[in-house]
This record gives sequence, C-alpha cells and structure tokens, in this order.
Amino acid sequence: MSVLVFVEGLNGEIKKSSLEAASYGSQVAQAMGTTATAVAIGDVHEEALAKLGEQGISKVLYDADDRLKQFVADAYVKVIAKAAQQESAKVLVFSNSNIGAAVGSKLAVRLNGSLATNVTELPKIDGGNFTVTRGVFSGKAFAQVNLTSDVKIIAVKKNSTDIISNGGSAATVEKLSADLAESDFAAAPKETVMQDTGGGVLLPEAEIVVSGGRGMKGPENWHLIEELAKELGAATACSKPVSDIGWRPHHEHVGQTGITVSPNLYIAAGISGAIQHLAGVNSSKVIVVINKDPEAPFFKAADYGIVGDALEVLPKLIEAAKALDK
Amino acid sequence: MKILVCISNVPDTTSKINFTGDNKEFDKNGVQYVINPWDEYALTRAIELKEAKGGSVTVLNVGEADAEPNIRKALAIGADDAIRVNAHPKDAYFVAQQITAVANEGGYDMILMGKESIDYNGFQVHNMVGEMMGIPSVTPAFKLDMVDDSTARLEREIEGGKEVVEVKLPFVASAQQPMCEPRIPNMRGIMTARTKPLKVVEPTGGEAKSEYVNYSKPEKKSGVKLIEPENAGELIKLLRNEAKVL
Repeated sequence: MSVLVFVEGLNGEIKKSSLEAASYGSQVAQAMGTTATAVAIGDVHEEALAKLGEQGISKVLYDADDRLKQFVADAYVKVIAKAAQQESAKVLVFSNSNIGAAVGSKLAVRLNGSLATNVTELPKIDGGNFTVTRGVFSGKAFAQVNLTSDVKIIAVKKNSTDIISNGGSAATVEKLSADLAESDFAAAPKETVMQDTGGGVLLPEAEIVVSGGRGMKGPENWHLIEELAKELGAATACSKPVSDIGWRPHHEHVGQTGITVSPNLYIAAGISGAIQHLAGVNSSKVIVVINKDPEAPFFKAADYGIVGDALEVLPKLIEAAKALDK
Repeated sequence: MKILVCISNVPDTTSKINFTGDNKEFDKNGVQYVINPWDEYALTRAIELKEAKGGSVTVLNVGEADAEPNIRKALAIGADDAIRVNAHPKDAYFVAQQITAVANEGGYDMILMGKESIDYNGFQVHNMVGEMMGIPSVTPAFKLDMVDDSTARLEREIEGGKEVVEVKLPFVASAQQPMCEPRIPNMRGIMTARTKPLKVVEPTGGEAKSEYVNYSKPEKKSGVKLIEPENAGELIKLLRNEAKVL
C-alpha cells in the first residue's frame, strides 16, 4: 500500500502544480502511515526528480521513453497503471490539469477506482471513510465527497496546497518501462504549439493575475495591464465580454465559462464583477478591484479597492511596482 | 454521420447557489435551469457538421424528468431526436456508464459533450466514456473538423498551448469555446421540436463510486479596504507589507 503521485514536467523542470501534488501526496501518505512514490514521464531532468525528496517523495519511477515527451493519454495511462500496480498504490494524486484530470479519469475506469477532481483540501481519513473537499458550482461552493472504492484518485486544484520544502533527503530515481506498443500512440498529437507568452507567466500556473474588463475601453490600452503584470511577475487575464468582443484571446477569459483561477493575488481593472466572473476568481487569496463605479458588485468580494478610472489608476500602480525592491 | 451529444441540465450561470436539509442537498428553489453552456458548443458544432456532411444528431441526457424542457430546447436548436436515461446522475462514473450503454447500442461515429458541467465541474465523463468504450477521447477541444469521411482533426487545449490531433471515427470529444457560436432556437425550431422523438430509458447497472455527503460555501470577505485613487501607489505597499502577497 502506498501513495502514488504523477508529476508533469515542462522544459526539464517539474511544474509548480506538480510540486503541489507531490506535497499533497506525501501528506496523505504520512496520514496513512505509508510512503509516497512519484511517477514521471517524458520531458524532465533526473536531477529535478531527485529533488522531489524535498516534497516528501521517497522514490521516483521514471519512464524516459522519448515518445512520451508529448501528451498521449493512452500511453500515459499505461505507464501510470503499471507504476500503481508495482507500488500497490491505494491513493493516486494528480494535479487538476488538462493532463492530470484526463489521465485520472481513464485510470478510474481501468483501476476501478473512485475519482475526485478539483480537490481543494487534504482528505479526512476516519475509520473506513475517506472524504475529500472539492470545488463545485464553478467556485460558488464546496462539496464533501466520500470516495468509496478501494483505490482513490485525487486531482488537486492548482494553488490550493502549499508546497512543502523540508520533506526529506533526495528521492531515489528508478527506471520504469511499460512496454508501450505502437497502438498506444494511435491518438498522438500531430503537432504541439506552445503559446508565446513573451517570457511572461502562464495563466493557469500564475500566483499573481492582472485582469482587465470593459472598463479598459479598448485593446489599445492593454499595455497597462501587461506592464503591471510584467512588474509583478503576473499573468494577464480578462473578463468574458472582453474575450467575446475579441479584444483578448479566449484562453485569457476567467469566469464560470472560462477558466477558474485561484492565485495569491487577483487584480481586476475595469471589471464590474458579474456573478459568473466572481465564480471564476473567488478562491483567490487576495482580490484587488479598480473600478470607477463605487456600486460595482466586485467591491463586495474584494480585499482592497480603488474607486477610480482604471486608465488613470494603473499607471500609478506600475510606477509604485517599479519602485519595489525585487 | 451519427453524432451523439450529451447534455446536462444545470443551474443558470446567474444563479445564487444555496443548500438545504442541513447543507446536504442543493436548493432548487427559484433556480432556472439551462443546457450546460459547455454542452451548447458540442451541440451546435454537431448540428453544423450534420448540415455540412449529412447524418443525424441525437441528444442524450442522464437525468430526471425536470430536464425535459432543456432536452426539447436542444431539439429546437436542431437535434433530430433525444434519449433521456431516467436517473439521478449520482456521479461521473455512473453517468459515464449510462452514456456508454446508449452509445454502444446506437453505433455512433462521434460522441460529443462539453468539457465539464458548470455545477459539478468534474471534467471526467468524456475520458471515462472513451476508456469504457476503448476509443480515443480528445479533451478539451476548441476546434473540430472532418478531414475525410473517417478522420476528424481536432485542436485541444493543453496548459500553455495547444495540440493538433487526428483521430479515426468513432471517438469522444469534449468542447469548449471558441469551437463555434452556440445557436439559440428559432420559432420554427420550437414548433418542430414538439413532435421530435424523445425516448425515455431506464438506467443500466447503476454503480456510483463516490457519495456527496455535505456542501459548504466560501467564506465571505470581511470587507473592502478602500484606497484613494490619488494615492494608488499606496496599494502596492499594502499588498507587500500587510497582505504579504508581493
């Protein structure tokens, strides 16, 4: 019996969301009196894997098959299922990413397990009950869910777990081979295109997000959002109307029908705070709202607010951000 | 081409969410239900493909009778017929089993749905159905076209980029924007929808693997601290020294 964590790599390093999953997994292992093993695939350096010891991982199984550098669900599932079997894993932990949740769903069928995605807290383990808390109603509520199968699969929401860094000594890295066949790659991507963030931060992984709404008055003013984001090391985002009009791309749309974010700091400029937008951001730790309408509903959900025109306020924030010691 | 589109019946995006019975049940009181917005992309794209290539679009809902107005709405938008599996959708695994049973019987070329429902936010069902049926599942896709009669080309979102995937029929895909512009029903559609077939079937199997025991709502903010716009720079200092997030 053990806990198995799937870690995703990007450009040789382990993604921040996977360090969170590893931290989550090792804490579950501790609560269950067992150890946590990680399984890694594809694009990640072995030194980075050994460092998972800091997150409390004792052993890493690594499949270095070059074909796995891009995401192929069926092949990933096979590798992770093999690791789960080898380790007799009873709890599998993923990041709630497009990859983690997809692979987790397929493994739930293959391993006959219970799956919870979008999980926001460590489980409560009480006798026979294993209860997780997950975000539901697109950020408007949480649900406590009992996972009733023998095998439990958890996909942890990004930015909802602290990364632990004093877990222990370096993890041992062992090779894993799942004897993949050509047929496992039948749905392999033809092409993978990464967004050019201009050296900026990706929205789903961001700890700080600077977001603009219709109060920005037009795409020509977005340099203010971008400049503040750059000074703060933040990702940029927008409200639904802004992506609908085409001022900004769809993948920046935050809200109930866009993406849900939970950064440490969310700065909203010129966004009124419709209930659908609030649903996408209300698990952010600190919310700042800049809006010229003092009655904007967003102020009720904010920690800090400035009643003023975003186009006049943002330059002042950029100036103050430039003056910070970094 | 036979396309199956799975839809969920969910609270409208403007709904305030409340719970009843000691926070053990969702409070339906005063809540308007809509077709899950993500499913609308799948439905409209399926109708567009049918219009271009011929074939049929069947709508499937796993739910109780109160979902029927929105099933009729899907028919009014342009689906040809509908199936409702008469059951409370207990969890994603349960729903995936029902969809798989219907899909295996119907012999569909494509099984489409939204990337997740806006009520339970699982992002699970499409991949479970793909796995149960042993066919590819491409999720979440924002572009779907036919390359030839037996091959589709999809673009799916990954963190920080996209992948282009070509798959043979049959396959499962989940949809998100900007796949298409979701349609709304017109008067003619609403009239014809009344006579389109809606078949109700009983669930098969029925195993769920998780159990919802309780609900809670996020803590309310204690109140906003306002900063004068003239001193906007002060905010950055507060974020560093007081909130400690910079």
